[in-house]
Amino acid sequence: MALPPLDSPQWQSPWRAFAWGLRSITQTILTIVLFVTYLGIGALAHDTHFSLLWTLCSTLFVWAGPAQIILITTLGSGATLIQSAIAVTVSAIRLFPMVVSVLPLMRTPTTKRRELIFAAHLTAVTLWVECHRFLPQVPRERRIAFVHGLGCGLVSVCLVANTVGYFLAANLTQTLGAAILLLTPLSFLFSTARNSREVADVVALVLGIVLYPLAAMMNSGLDILVRGVLAGTIAYGVHWWREVRA
Amino acid sequence: MSFAQAIGDWHALAVLFVAGVISNQIWRMLGLWFGGGIDEGSELLVWVRAVATAILAGVIAQIVVQPPGALATVPDVLRYGAVAAGLVVFLLTRRSIFAGVVTGEVFMLAGKWWLG
Repeated sequence: MALPPLDSPQWQSPWRAFAWGLRSITQTILTIVLFVTYLGIGALAHDTHFSLLWTLCSTLFVWAGPAQIILITTLGSGATLIQSAIAVTVSAIRLFPMVVSVLPLMRTPTTKRRELIFAAHLTAVTLWVECHRFLPQVPRERRIAFVHGLGCGLVSVCLVANTVGYFLAANLTQTLGAAILLLTPLSFLFSTARNSREVADVVALVLGIVLYPLAAMMNSGLDILVRGVLAGTIAYGVHWWREVRA
Repeated sequence: MSFAQAIGDWHALAVLFVAGVISNQIWRMLGLWFGGGIDEGSELLVWVRAVATAILAGVIAQIVVQPPGALATVPDVLRYGAVAAGLVVFLLTRRSIFAGVVTGEVFMLAGKWWLG
């Protein structure tokens, strides 16, 4: 499927633009990655004793995979509301520069801020990547409608994946249930590793993983936030040291 | 699963909105309001991203080391082995997420089958 040329009459209707956005989810491998990831989140939520409605609401209203698994895992292992909220908010800070960089792609001189609220909500790493790929092929005045279509398509895929994952975890044999649960750590580990371009990100990833069993073994009770700040700060130190030396 | 089970309790939903939705959404809305004038490479942002990555890494480790539900029935060595095997293939295939995930899954399932 190729998008129509920029001057095509196809783009005259915002609804058509929405439909083209919706259809574009079939044009990217990331849709499959999202499906698998949210299949795992559905299963994780089931085995951590959250309801199906809770799981679907988290996808619909949080719409950020890392925040969702942090929320499920921390709340599921007895963290307080405040601890979970802080861990989620730290993971969500990366959304700020993403929104800042993606919204100008859709803005026209007459665009009002409230017209961008839904597009801002839909912004997460997948949409951000796809916007940079697709939007140059979409006339500027139809980009918001296109992004709404693309985002709604991706959210729908994830809601379906959540539901399927939830029911699979409830009904499959233990081995297959375990396989679905294993999707979450695997897909998040590799997608984070893939996105780690700078040394600081790689060090943070490795240290963050190593500190967990270390803290558990020493029975230190270091909680997720302390470990995160510790590993992140060391990683930043490595980055800083390399900059100074360079 | 009954209808009531599918809905769950309202307390959990309230926790979701406070701990999950508001704390996450606030950054998107700040981006919308204060767009512009942010430097992606700024030092503060490098640190924030490192801390966020470490928190996510910790959660990934927690799921593998102290797994929930059905994953807890898989022996330690198979879970760690699956992640290690997936990681090796991920690196060998020039960072293919798909190849890494499939390898990890096949490793675990084959191991489970082999161990009986």
